[in-house]
Order: sequence, then C-alpha cells, then structure tokens
Amino acid sequence: MNSEVAAFFSPGDFLAILPEMVIAGMACLLLLVDIAVPRTKKCVVPALAVLSVAVAAWFSYELAGSGVSAFSGMFVLDGYSDFFKLIFYIVAVFAILVSLRYIRTEEIDLGEYYVLLLFSLSGMMIMASGTDLLTIYLGLELASLPVYALVGFLQKSRKSNEAAMKYIILGAFSSAILLYGISLIYGLTGTTQLAAISAALVTGDVNGPLFTLAVIMLVAGFGFKVAGFPFHMWAPDAYEGAPTPITAFMAAGPKAAAFAVIMRVFLEGLYPAYDSWQMAIAAVAVGSMVVGNITAILQTSIKRMLAFSSVGHAGYALLGLVAGSEEGMASVMFYLFVYAFMNLGIFGIVIMMRKDSQSGDQISHYTGLGKSNRLTALAMLIFLFSLAGIPPTAGFIAKFYVFMALINKGMVGLAVIAALMSAVAAYYYIRIVMLMYMREPEKEFALASSRGLLCVLIIALAAVVALGVYPGYFIDLARYAAFPL
Amino acid sequence: MSGHLLSSIIFLPVLGALVLLFIKDARAIRWVALVTLGVDFALAIPLLKGFDVSTHGMQFVERHAWIPSWNITYYLGVDGISVLFVFLTAFLGVICVLASWKAIEKKVKEFMIALLIMQAAMLGVFSSLDMFLFYLFWEAMLIPMYLIIGVWGGPNRVYSAIKFFLYTLAGSILMLVGMIALYFAAGNTFDMLVLMEHKYTFAFQIWVFMAFFVAFAVKVPMFPFHTWLPDAHVEAPTAGSIILAGVLLKMGTYGFLRFCLTMFPDASRFFATPIIVISIVAIIYGAFLALAQKDLKKLVAYSSISHMGFITMGIFLFNKNGIEGAILQMFNHGITTSALFLCIGIIYERTHTRDIGDYGWAASRVPVYATFLFIFALASLGFPGTNGFIGEILIAFGAYEVYKPYLIVLLMGILGGAAYMLYMYKGMAFGADSHGHDGHGDSHGHKVWDVDFREAIALLALIVFVFWVGFHPEDFLGYMHESVGNLINQATASKFEGLGL
Repeated sequence: MNSEVAAFFSPGDFLAILPEMVIAGMACLLLLVDIAVPRTKKCVVPALAVLSVAVAAWFSYELAGSGVSAFSGMFVLDGYSDFFKLIFYIVAVFAILVSLRYIRTEEIDLGEYYVLLLFSLSGMMIMASGTDLLTIYLGLELASLPVYALVGFLQKSRKSNEAAMKYIILGAFSSAILLYGISLIYGLTGTTQLAAISAALVTGDVNGPLFTLAVIMLVAGFGFKVAGFPFHMWAPDAYEGAPTPITAFMAAGPKAAAFAVIMRVFLEGLYPAYDSWQMAIAAVAVGSMVVGNITAILQTSIKRMLAFSSVGHAGYALLGLVAGSEEGMASVMFYLFVYAFMNLGIFGIVIMMRKDSQSGDQISHYTGLGKSNRLTALAMLIFLFSLAGIPPTAGFIAKFYVFMALINKGMVGLAVIAALMSAVAAYYYIRIVMLMYMREPEKEFALASSRGLLCVLIIALAAVVALGVYPGYFIDLARYAAFPL
Repeated sequence: MSGHLLSSIIFLPVLGALVLLFIKDARAIRWVALVTLGVDFALAIPLLKGFDVSTHGMQFVERHAWIPSWNITYYLGVDGISVLFVFLTAFLGVICVLASWKAIEKKVKEFMIALLIMQAAMLGVFSSLDMFLFYLFWEAMLIPMYLIIGVWGGPNRVYSAIKFFLYTLAGSILMLVGMIALYFAAGNTFDMLVLMEHKYTFAFQIWVFMAFFVAFAVKVPMFPFHTWLPDAHVEAPTAGSIILAGVLLKMGTYGFLRFCLTMFPDASRFFATPIIVISIVAIIYGAFLALAQKDLKKLVAYSSISHMGFITMGIFLFNKNGIEGAILQMFNHGITTSALFLCIGIIYERTHTRDIGDYGWAASRVPVYATFLFIFALASLGFPGTNGFIGEILIAFGAYEVYKPYLIVLLMGILGGAAYMLYMYKGMAFGADSHGHDGHGDSHGHKVWDVDFREAIALLALIVFVFWVGFHPEDFLGYMHESVGNLINQATASKFEGLGL
C-alpha cells in the first residue's frame, strides 16, 4: 500500500464498516446460493438474509459507542448512526418476514428479491454513517437503486412496471438536483465534509443567492427521498404499484434513512445557516401535512391512502428538524422508530388480506372484518389509532415529542397546524375502523397468514402498545443518540 | 387507608375487561362485568368515607416515576371536588351494566369490554394530578366511546360516532398544545399542583386559556359547540347515553374548575362575562329546543345543554354559592339525566319508538314506570325536595351576589325546564291514547310490561340520590367546602406579573 493511499485510510477503518461489509458481502453471496439451492428449498435464502442482518446487528452492537471516525472523516460510527441502523435492521428483518408468503402468492419467489433488499439495507446504513456529502450520495444511490427494481418486481403487473418507471425517472431527476446542490455547496465552501462545511459557513461569507439556490436544491433532492410535499408525486403510484412488503419497506426504511441524512446535513453541515433553510423545511413540512392528510381522505385504495398518510407523517417528522434543536432531532428519531412498527404492522395486515384471487388493496375490502376476524381487526384498530396519534399508543407519544420540541423553541404556530392536521388525519384512519366494526361483511374473508407475518404483527403490536405506555427508555435512547449541535 | 385505592379503582375495570376476553357465554359476561363494576363501586365507598373533609389538600395520593425524560409521573389524588365524581362515575358504571343487560344483544363481550375500558379512562381523568396522565385518559376515552356509539347505536350511528370523535378530538388536540406550553412556562413539569402555583403572564394566560376552553367547551358542550351532542345521544345505546350525560359532559366543567380557574385566573376573570352570556344563551336556547322535540332522547339531550348552561354559569360567578352549586348540579345532572335516559331506554326496549306521540298510556298501563319517570322529571326541573332544586338555588344565590338581573334569566331557564319536562311527562303518561285501544300492547302492537326487578333496582338506586341530595345536601356539599374555598382563593388571586402583552 503506497503512502498516498495510506493517508486517506488505515486498515483499521475497515473495522468501522464491518456491518456494512457483512450485509453487502452476504448479498453477493446469496446470489450464488440462490442458484445453488434447489427450487424446493428456497427458504434458505431468506433465512440466510435474516441471519446476515442479525450478524451485522451484532457487529454494530459490539462497535456501538466507539465514536470512530473512519476514512478521513467520511464515515462515522456514533450513537446517531447506531440508532438509525437499529431502525434499519428491524425494518429489513420485518420486510423479509412479511414477504415470505406474499412473494409466493404473487409468483415472484426469486432469490434476487432478498438480495436487493440487503443491498438497499447496506446503502441505508452508509447513509446513516456518512459525514461527507459524497459518502452520503453513495449510500443514497445504493439504497435507492435496488428499491427501483423491487418496485417493479411484479413483472406481470402493469401497475408495478409503471410505478417502477415513474419512480426511477423521478428518482434519477431528484438525484441530479441533489448532486447539483452538492456541487454548489462544494463550490462555495471548498469541501464536501460536513464538519468543514459548517466551519466554512461560520467563518466565510457564503450567504449569497448561490447559497440559497444550493439549499433549495438540497431541500428538493432530499424532499423527494422522504416524499415531502411538493416532491411527493411519485409516492402514491410507487406505493400502490409495488409489492406490498416493498411498500412497507420503502415507507419505513429508505425514508428513515433519508431523514438520517437530512438531519445530518442540515443540523451538522448547514447548522450555522439555520435561518436560511428553516423556512424552506417548514414550508415542506406544513405542505406535506396538509396535502398528505387531506388527499388521503379521498383515496379508495388502502395502499394509496397509506402512501398519502406517509406523506403526512413525513411532514410531522420534518417539524422536528425545523425545531433545529437536539430535542427536535431526538423527537424525529423517536418518531421514525415508532413509525417503523406502526407502518410494518399495518402493512402486515394489508399483506394478510392478499390471498389467492382476493387483492385486499381497497379500503372497502375491510368492510366487516371486525365480525369475521376479531383479532386481526383488533390489531388493525390499534395500528390505526396509533397512526392517528390517539393515546395510549406509541403514535401519540411520537407526535407529543415533536410538539414538545417545537413548543420548546417557541414555534407554537407550527404546533397548532400540526395538531389540527392530526385531527383531519384521524378522520380517514377512523373511517377504516368504522368499516371494520360497523358494517356487515360482504363476503367471507380469507387471510393469508404465515408464521413470519404473525411474528411481525405480534412484535409490532407489542411495540406500539409498550412504547405508548412506557416510552421512557427509548426517549432517553434517542436523546442520547442525537449528536450535539 | 390503603395506599393504592385510587389505582385499584381505576384499573379494576381493566382487569375485568381482560378476564372477559376469555369468557364466551353472554350471560356470564354480563355477570362478570356487573360484579367488576359492583366491586369498583364498593371500593369507591371507602374512598368517600376515608376522605378528610377538613382540608383542601389532595388525598389518597399516589406518585411513581413514569417517564423521567419528561419529568412525567404517575400521579393520582383526589380533592373534595374530584372525589365526588370518582364516586359518581363508579356508581353510574353499575347502572350502565344494568341498563345494557337486555338492550345489548349482539357482541355482548365487546360491548362490556368497551364499557369497562371507558370506565377506567373516566375514573382516571378525575383522579389524575399529572397533566400528561390526565390527557392520556382524556383521549383514551374517545376510542371506546366511539365504538359504543358506532357499533351498538341506532340507525344513523356511524355518522354520529364520527362526528362525536372528530369534534372532541379537534377540541382537545389544541389543549395538548396548550399543555406543552404550560410545561415549559412552569419549568418543565406536568405536575398540576405546581402548575397551579406558577405565575404566568397575562397574554400567556389568555392564549392557553383559549386552547383549554375549546377542549372543555366541546365536551360540556357549550353553545355553539353543542351540535354533536343531540346526534350522539340519539344514536347511542342507553348505556352510552348514560355515560355521555352522566360523566362525559362533567369532564368539561371539571376541566374548567381544575385547570382554567386555578391556572389562568386572570384570563378566567377576563372571559367570565362572555362565558356567562353564552351560558345564558345555552340555558334559554336549550330549553326552547327541548320544547320543540318529538324524540324523547333529543328532548333530554337538549335539556342537558340547558342544564349544563346553569353549571358553566355557576362556575364563572367566582363565588362560593355559585361554584358549590355548579359542582352539586354536575353531580345532580349526572344522576337525573342518567335516570331519564335509563327510563327512555326501558320503554324503548318494549316499544322501539322514541316518539312522544306514540305514548300517552304510561300512567294507565305502566304505572310504576310512570311514577319513576315523574320523580326524575321533577328532579330535572328542580322541584323542591329533589336534588335539582338545591343545585339550582345555590347557583341562583351565587348569581344574585354578582349581578341581580341574572336571576331573571335563571328564572326563565327554570320555567323553561318545567315546561319541557311537564310537556314530556304529559305526552308520555297522560296524553290522549289516540288509538283508543286497550289491552297490553302499544299502538304498534308491541307488548308492554311494567318495570322488572333489574330495572327497578337501577331506578331505585338513582332515586336514593335524588332525595338524599334533595333533603340532606350537606352530606355532599361538606366534601367540597374546603376545596372550593381554596379554589376561590386561587381564582380570585391575581397571578400575572405585570402586563406581559
């Protein structure tokens, strides 16, 4: 190894990215395994995928708290990245478990499915740890590209193909915008490292129109990734067309990763210029809450409704960023943690509804579920109330935390808007409860449950209730994990 | 006394609900629910007995760390005001089960579970001393109540249930914002007693008062936030109506007493006159609307709006008679209105109609029922010797002390109350039996029979309180003297440090 290269990284740096290497390496290996195992033993691939996530999680656990900065400050292992990786691991395992039966029903039972999920996971992990705009961009693309393919995985479905097409074109477009923003930042500050950008903003005079343009580009690029208004147009189509487990994965995983990056970039790199980006983010947040929640009311497809609801939820989470404090950051992290459970839980039930010829993706299909399948309906009820933010569920605590962060910074107006919009949101969640319990079933229900799916539902349900009643530990964890401003 | 009495009272119904999950037989389910709430009520008696009336301090206090990150504690306690409502709630719980014994035929298990959870949440609201805990119970009530109206209600139940849910949610979610603002203003605490002591600027008080006011005014419901109530009452099953009228509405006025007057006294005084004016509007308007109703439940629902007007007026008079009268009237309204809804439920089970025009034969065919109805109608209109009289006269005393012309309005309200109650009773009992046929059926051929043993027990239990309060109000007023005295001190003391405008 020559000295020039050695200046950029030391062999020890590879230890820091051990979990990422495990995931990416296993993903490559699984491609081969998939060819090797006979068709009757296809469950080997998902089992190994879960195992590799578990191994990576164990490495992350061992490395946690080391605070190592590797690759010349391009990659960091701090509490913040650990917290997000915890979310990603949970989401990835859940996504694999809920897929097991579904992809057989849809006849897309290919090993590549899990391989792509793992690649996306490794990208998300790099996003959470990236402290350089380039590492972040690398992670972002690594996380997104497999998802483009996964959205179009239902080869025979025109909707799925169309969704993938839209998603990839708009995704590429937004990546270009983001890159342009990054290049402007680089031009203005002379660096792509977040810490150095922050230092340059403090000392140098970079508050020109060019900087504003750069901020707008970054907001647009990241806004696309979190599906915030007005960059959310892709979300309903992609969510509806994608295989349902992928929809669940997208709404909880890559979205959380995008939040990890947004907060890292805006609260670490661009924090000195808080005044110049705060309004832009606030506008996206308010727009997302209003448009997401009001449009959700009009939907008849449950997947589209949940897509718009997830636009609304992105709005709430963005408010924590607008607060621009450590508490705000912790509130976003807690929100995403809770959202992962609620979201996987509710999509788990949507997946259950998909059996044989029953598509189960219209809201009206849930009519009378409370009569025929009491426990499923009860679980759905709890997830819906949690999404609506009604205590004593985790969804309430999550919203409450965001409100706390906002009001602590004196942003009462935003808190009031958020509060009113959650009353609007309650309407469409409660409407499903109404359909389930207050109408007679039109036909017999057939539910496609599997052991993996039940496992996810039980864990998600337990988490939603437990985090609602006794959230103390995870609030402290999020606080501890937030990086100091 | 035992250190966990309040917790036991709150969580016993939850335990009962968990037990119900494993029972299949509908009859057994009813009995388990009845026994659970019966024991719960029995637990509320030592609460009342062990209560020390010589102090305004919180009693039966329980406090444990809960969410240390936000300085939130599991903090329970009752004073002379809330103890009465814990008792009332526990009592009406038993009545609710009795009222639903036959009325609820489908999904008995789910209904009883919803009822028990509802009961726990309501008891929690009255016992919480941590505002976060209070809000948790407050919002948690929405879910079972939504289901009770929406699943077991009348034909138009879905619309009413959603209306109820959204109205109350929209109202209370702003309170959440206000609560958090209080939390930071008072130095990171949700401890209600600390929040009461803290001084807030006038502007702050005004804003937070308004946020709380909307939440409570929707619950009461005060004019013009009342439109959800008739819908909800008409569609709700009898037990749902009893809970709504008996307990849920009291939470709004309880909120005024517990939060608005003590934490924002300056803002409360600032808004007192407008609130009294809309209370008066509610009294008169509610009475007129009640007079125009043909549907029994609607009539009683509008009468509630009128009666709640008396109570909000009494609270914002800021004197001992007014506030004590208001609290007593809250209790009374819980008893008499619940009894009236129970009466309506009883007859509805037989005839399946709530149209006053379909009746007129109650006195001749179901005389015992007619007697009960008569007593409760008198109690509702404030006849001397019944509980309603004491409450109304105390509020009238209070009003006289503040501004004499208020008395004229109160008198009109009382007259209106007499008019619609007697109109209802005449229609029910002595109306022309237009179809002129005798026998044991009503005009639509339904078989009618007089009150049975179960119904008589429930009605008699309610009557005990009608006369107990009517003839010996001091037994109840005695609980509140100290607490109300303290409340008035807090409410009349100026709290703001200069004009924070």
